[in-house]
Amino acid sequence: MTDQHDQGDAVPGHPPPGGGRTHPEVSPARLTLGWQQATAATLDEHVDRYGPLPRAGHSRQLRPGTLADAVAAAGLTGRGGASFPTGTKLHAVASARGPAVVVANGMESEPASQKDLALLTHAPHLVLDGADLAASAVQADVVHICLPRTATRLVDQVCRAVQDRRRSGVGSTPVEVHDVPPHYVSGEETALVRWLNGGEARPVSSRQRPFERGVGRRPTLIDNVETLAHIALIGRFGPAWFRQAGLADAPGTMLATVSGAVRHPGVYELAVGTPIGALLTWSRAAPDAAAVLIGGYFGTWLGARSAAGIPMSPQWLGRAGASPGAGVLIVLPAEACGLSETARVLGYLAGQSAGQCGPCALGLPAIAADFAGLASGRADAAVLERLERRFGVLTGRGACRHPDGAVRLAASALTVFAADARAHAGHLPCAPAQLGAAGGGVLPVPRPWAEGEWE
Amino acid sequence: MSRRLHIDPIACTGHGLCADLLPEAVELDEWGYPMLRTDAIGPGLLRHARRAVNACPTLALRLSKTTDQPSSAAQVRG
Repeated sequence: MTDQHDQGDAVPGHPPPGGGRTHPEVSPARLTLGWQQATAATLDEHVDRYGPLPRAGHSRQLRPGTLADAVAAAGLTGRGGASFPTGTKLHAVASARGPAVVVANGMESEPASQKDLALLTHAPHLVLDGADLAASAVQADVVHICLPRTATRLVDQVCRAVQDRRRSGVGSTPVEVHDVPPHYVSGEETALVRWLNGGEARPVSSRQRPFERGVGRRPTLIDNVETLAHIALIGRFGPAWFRQAGLADAPGTMLATVSGAVRHPGVYELAVGTPIGALLTWSRAAPDAAAVLIGGYFGTWLGARSAAGIPMSPQWLGRAGASPGAGVLIVLPAEACGLSETARVLGYLAGQSAGQCGPCALGLPAIAADFAGLASGRADAAVLERLERRFGVLTGRGACRHPDGAVRLAASALTVFAADARAHAGHLPCAPAQLGAAGGGVLPVPRPWAEGEWE
Repeated sequence: MSRRLHIDPIACTGHGLCADLLPEAVELDEWGYPMLRTDAIGPGLLRHARRAVNACPTLALRLSKTTDQPSSAAQVRG
């Protein structure tokens, strides 16, 4: 299975899980409570762990209209990558006109991320609880769960969980499960809205944002599934409990997917603000690794030594020019060439452009081709200058952030692997090549989904 | 009153007329797609900007009144 979360200190029973476990050596088990079990938590097991789904009016957090306040007071931010304040979004949708719609985004199009899959596999009812509470808070009459079409087993399993709840009378808002084309940009929120409205799963450049006018032209709350799971716990245990883990300006816990040169890859739950070095220790990262990729394929390369001291939080990583993204950490083995790895990923990202915006459709292949040339030592002398110029030209030129993300990755590679880049540009072996570089293959690059299939 | 120039990147197919008609605000990248030197259109440029907007074959170039709303709304995502 995907999780190797063996911190093994889960508190049996409830309430509340993982409260106050902020010791740096201990990962608090909130969302990951009971994940030692290989199968999904049944509805009964879920209620044993966390208690029943609180009902509006029956809990201090859930007097009418107060869930959004509780989530805002908890300081929860989106766990899908953008780190936007979830309470602000709930309030915006709740105050928009007309009945609303909730979309649970489980697309996880980031190839190096597995946390949404792990969460939905182990604790589907936590996500469904959160979606139901959010639906009550914004007065939505339907919840759409969006999952990648390739994840057929997951789709079946979530459908079963939804049926179990219906049979047991848990939850107050009807749920529809959807399998969406799994292109990299299809998890972008305007792409999901367009697809749910009967169109293609490609981003839209409308200036109408989904919180005002989304699915069926109605106010639409789109949250990552992990974000919804945190809402389920805030609804039960309140904002003060939520803040017992994490930092004052970035409270709570987060899921992170750790891979690459580590002995224990998998999904970890950590207090936000845990130093990246602790995550490297827990996962037994190779001590000679020189670099890590943080945030996924829209993310940022950092030197391993400087990264180790940085707390995993949007604010701290932001100061280093990085972002936790969807919580991805990849450790580059010492013998792998970061430029070759980046070139492969850029080739993948260029192919994943929706092809709608000229600068993305033409600029990303150009950057990817230059990177491939650089990686193989066949580039001309002007390659580094040309890449830097194109980085400056492409950012902010798409309807979505696809070109911005690819440029961030490429630019950080040229910074962190600057010496290797100079060696490659001068047709000399880079440092990993001198260690006997095995020709890449650390960063996973999925085969593209049927190219024409966007509906 | 100041106006804001906006390109719809999906609608734009890179005809490039805007860069001919409004070089003060628009230049083309190496692939022929427009880049804004500035999106703030003052009164002195307004007539030229309107002409460029009207000339765009795909209606990708737009002028809007300057408000803070589009940029703050665009942050509510993810």
